[in-house]
Amino acid sequence: MSTPVLEAPGRSAKKADGRIGGGLIDPRQMIRSLPDALKKLNPATMWRNPVMFIVEIGAAFTTILAIVDPSWFAWAIVVWLWLTVVFANLAEAVAEGRGKAQAATLRAAKRDTTARRLRSDDHSKWDVVGASELKQGDVVVVEAGETIPGDGDVIDGIASVDESAITGESAPVIRESGGDRSAVTGGTKVLSDKIIIRITQKPGESFVDRMIALVEGANRQKTPNEIALNILLAALTIIFLVATATMQPLAIYSKSVNPGVPDSLALTTDGVSGIVLISLIVCLIPTTIGALLSAIGIAGMDRLVQRNVLAMSGRAVEAAGDVSTLLLDKTGTITLGNRQASEFVPVDGVTERQLAEAAQLSSLADETPEGRSIVVYAKQAYGLRERAPGELAHATWVPFTAQTRMSGVNLDGREVRKGAATAVMKWVRDHGGHPTDEVGHLVDGISASGGTPLVVAEKGRVLGVIHLKDVVKQGMRERFDEMRRMGIRTVMITGDNPLTAKAIADEAGVDDFLAEATPEDKLTLIKQEQQGGRLVAMTGDGTNDAPALAQSDVGVAMNTGTSAAKEAGNMVDLDSNPTKLIEIVAIGKQLLITRGALTTFSIANDVAKYFAIIPAMFAAVYPGLDALNIMRLASPQSAILSAVVFNAIIIVALIPLALRGVRYRPSSASKLLSRNLYLYGLGGVIVPFIGIKLIDLLIHFVPGMS
Amino acid sequence: MSSSAAGLLFIGSLLVALALCYRPLGDYMFRVYTGAGHSRIELMLYRLVGVRPDGEQRWGVYARSVLAFSAVSILFLYGLQRVQNHLFLSLGMKPVEPALAWNTAVSFVTNTNWQAYSGEAAMGHVVQTAGLAVQNFVSAAVGMAVAIALVRGLARGRSGTLGNFWVDLVRGTVRILLPIAFVAALVLVAGGAIQTFGDHFTWATLTGGEQTFTPAAAASQEAIKDLGTNGGGIFNANSAHPFENPTSWTNWVTIFLLLVIATSLPRTFGRMVGDDRQGYAIVSVMAIIAIISIGLTNWAELSASGTVPQAIGQAMEGRESRFGVSNSGMFASATTLTSTGSVNSFHDSYTALGGGMLIFNMLLGEVAPGGVGAGLYGILILAVITVFVAGLMVGRTPEYLGKKIGPREIKLASLYFLVTPVLVLIGTAVAMATAAGRSAMLNTGPHGLSEILYAYTSASNNNGSAFAGVSANTTFHNVTLGLCMIFGRFLPIVLVLALTGSLAGQAPVPASAGTLPTHRPQFVGLLVGVTVILVALTFLPALALGPLAEGLL
Repeated sequence: MSTPVLEAPGRSAKKADGRIGGGLIDPRQMIRSLPDALKKLNPATMWRNPVMFIVEIGAAFTTILAIVDPSWFAWAIVVWLWLTVVFANLAEAVAEGRGKAQAATLRAAKRDTTARRLRSDDHSKWDVVGASELKQGDVVVVEAGETIPGDGDVIDGIASVDESAITGESAPVIRESGGDRSAVTGGTKVLSDKIIIRITQKPGESFVDRMIALVEGANRQKTPNEIALNILLAALTIIFLVATATMQPLAIYSKSVNPGVPDSLALTTDGVSGIVLISLIVCLIPTTIGALLSAIGIAGMDRLVQRNVLAMSGRAVEAAGDVSTLLLDKTGTITLGNRQASEFVPVDGVTERQLAEAAQLSSLADETPEGRSIVVYAKQAYGLRERAPGELAHATWVPFTAQTRMSGVNLDGREVRKGAATAVMKWVRDHGGHPTDEVGHLVDGISASGGTPLVVAEKGRVLGVIHLKDVVKQGMRERFDEMRRMGIRTVMITGDNPLTAKAIADEAGVDDFLAEATPEDKLTLIKQEQQGGRLVAMTGDGTNDAPALAQSDVGVAMNTGTSAAKEAGNMVDLDSNPTKLIEIVAIGKQLLITRGALTTFSIANDVAKYFAIIPAMFAAVYPGLDALNIMRLASPQSAILSAVVFNAIIIVALIPLALRGVRYRPSSASKLLSRNLYLYGLGGVIVPFIGIKLIDLLIHFVPGMS
Repeated sequence: MSSSAAGLLFIGSLLVALALCYRPLGDYMFRVYTGAGHSRIELMLYRLVGVRPDGEQRWGVYARSVLAFSAVSILFLYGLQRVQNHLFLSLGMKPVEPALAWNTAVSFVTNTNWQAYSGEAAMGHVVQTAGLAVQNFVSAAVGMAVAIALVRGLARGRSGTLGNFWVDLVRGTVRILLPIAFVAALVLVAGGAIQTFGDHFTWATLTGGEQTFTPAAAASQEAIKDLGTNGGGIFNANSAHPFENPTSWTNWVTIFLLLVIATSLPRTFGRMVGDDRQGYAIVSVMAIIAIISIGLTNWAELSASGTVPQAIGQAMEGRESRFGVSNSGMFASATTLTSTGSVNSFHDSYTALGGGMLIFNMLLGEVAPGGVGAGLYGILILAVITVFVAGLMVGRTPEYLGKKIGPREIKLASLYFLVTPVLVLIGTAVAMATAAGRSAMLNTGPHGLSEILYAYTSASNNNGSAFAGVSANTTFHNVTLGLCMIFGRFLPIVLVLALTGSLAGQAPVPASAGTLPTHRPQFVGLLVGVTVILVALTFLPALALGPLAEGLL
């Protein structure tokens, strides 16, 4: 089974240069979300968004005014004010709509499961109960073909489990009791064997339940930055309300001292008309960001879900943007999981090519990743064709075992072996050979530099040494440089000795490393960093990572990990890919930048709106003010309507940006600010001048506009 | 020398002098507010008030101290005016009317120095020196104390306290304001300002009439009036009066005095937060706004059109011939850019756009460089708001000087920013909507509207200057302007101190490449932009019906 989690378009949006993009939105999605947007007009839900609530009140009030004193102009304003509110709701509805589809698929996965609960007194007997009745500590048995009824730990047995319902990954995974692969998730399916599971979840709080709530945004709580921004927007709204309301006595006075000027649609002896006043308020209060703010937050979470990361709270996503120290496990994050052959060092007059050939031959039957890497290296560096084991007749293969710690081949009387230094040297001596000191020095040298030496020998003599070393993943150095530019310090965590750790740290380009790290060391390091005011992010999967995960500000647990680890972290990576931490940081930053950019844009827009509306209201009384009509708008009515229309349309135009997030390329704060200021600050000043003028060119033909 | 060259020399030499004072005075104030020792006089004062000078205060206590001190000051000043006929050296003045006494008391305690009275006709020597002059010192010291407390909040980490108000008040008065004012008074006396406690004297004028003059301790009052950005002149004509501001060079000294502390405080700020560059950034913001404003005002005044100005070559109405157009414009800009409000020319006579600039200067919230202390805390609050929006745009929880700007901080900063615009706009609207309010206007039409807008802008921003046309001594205006002054002063102070409390309690976040730098030209430009654009957006409707309607013909 595959879920939209996997298929979401955003998964392909990650570009190679580290930029964070996002999913595109389908215009049909907007139309589908329209009914939801209309439902949200209910004032009981609307008041949660103070800026748009004021627009709604204004729209209702102008409707009454238009009914009492109808005109083309009045009704046009009424329609566009209502559209402004609807567009804002649409933004939120579209953002939520994307999660709803995912939630539906997840719900299907958890429906109608029954469980075989073992009796506490007698584990050989069970009762069949509904999955929803299971409590923490219950023990259940699950066999091949059955669905696991709830989250828990395997306490007995081993089984392959299909977790595609959660992760979207179709390859089955192994789950066994003990160790770090013991956690199972409710809703996944056992494919083979039988396991006994102790349930660790509370009823109704399973991983799938939380995931559903998350993608639906059901209990989405506002994050600190979002609250702070809301306060600023509320303050701006109050200022503009006061500025507009207090204008009225001034307008009345100005009209009264110019008794010769006839009443206009905008200004009469009673002051500025209600419709124009409300139009001005709506244009000035930060509707653009007010309309898009919650959609930005929902979409930010959604971008994480698209990358198969579940954040347990929005706060964690935001904290990711603030992280200044990243703790990365060496294995699997910085280096490829296994060591690889990087050099053949021959001894005693053997040529490199001879050694390479022997090394390749002896490794053909070695299916371990190290063995494969030797064959690959021999081919790449010496052009030795890989031979299938069946290709060589008469060959007797000696596979690698943990007991012999060697692999090799007996071919036409030739015996070749390769393996751990001590094992192979012993084999050579047993066959009458006398390895020279040179071999010993080589082996020690490679060990000291952090590599693993493997010795290659023929019966009776050593041919040379293979240098296996950790291979730093491609592009890691560039990514760490990038992090440094973003002001993030990377610390590599490894169990290796300090010497080895340093060698790899230097090669990968991390800022610091923690060698021979114990879980306590990790915890201490995190506390130290936090003491200095830094926010720390890390990944982890084992039970012994749990304290560090809980202590860190952003703790990403691997889905393959133990339930203790998943419980302790505030994010779960369903792909169990530790490198993703870097992307999570980028998404957190992108979320904040999108909010800041649209706020700036929204405020900058006001400049042009003033230039449209002030002359429209007052040029009749003070003709000098027509100098402010620099857009040369056709008439007061068309000027005011154009500003209102622009104000509404810009919301729809920016929905894709709000959902996708603004483009983010890791760089220093200064550069980011310059770029965003030009784009959204300066752009925010200029765009509405052009937009309002264009709209005016269109609508001044509409009746009632001149 | 042509008049515009003389004007440039005047302004240029002022800028150089202020730049030269920036470091020494800023460093001196840094030592005053961070030093440990107490002088004997100071210890005596602490014993008198009954405070332990080494006890630090939390923000609530600090704020209560400010409010208590100011409340007592208002009551004392009110009482003094009401009983002045019983005091010696009263020059036979009658007790001041209740509404006017309230207005004046509030005005001087809030560092506004709005004067609805005429000094030589209403106040005797005791009220002038023991009442008004004392407030000129301490109201300025209060502003500086609050600014220093805010800076401590930014500089300290995980601290519950922000210093001791009484120590800051006493040190600001005794170690900064008194010595400078003393020297300045001597300089002004040398320039021809009078200093006497004598009685009225009368003389015959050229036309054979008789003129009576009320003498005063003008030089000393003048010095602190400007140094403490107070602005309350001892004479009604304020700095246009030849006994207060006799010559063109005393005019220069006066302007220098009213700018010098406010422009040097950013240095003190930079020293206290341990990064001089932060101080340079803030003073640059102040300087950029001020220079642009001065330039525009001068441009509006020098290019004045109209029959009379063209006939005599200059717009000289309402200006002293001793000073001329340019130096008057400089004084007017300086007095409105700081919260001084003293005048050497009559702003009502300025061109529509020139007068509009003066209103705009005050609407900026008095931050370029603003009143002593008040200007610094005003611009720092704007920096907090700027950092918030800009900080989001770099993808981090915004922080200023390592302190996170979260919901609580932005709430307090936003409320701070709301106070004065709301007071100005509602005050103006109420005055324009009521006959009692409108009756004070000298002119009608947009110019009359500007007079009222100017009055409420001046009071709410604690400036104190007036568009001279408005007749402010009515019960309506005395009461409403008094309310504007008191709310415009103390609401922001309480909000600043509350913000300080929450900043001081935070552990600072170390700066990294991901932190928004707040010392670079980029941030300076941004802060200038935010300051100007927020104010312009807030007040454009009101300005459109006043100065703009009159000026754009």
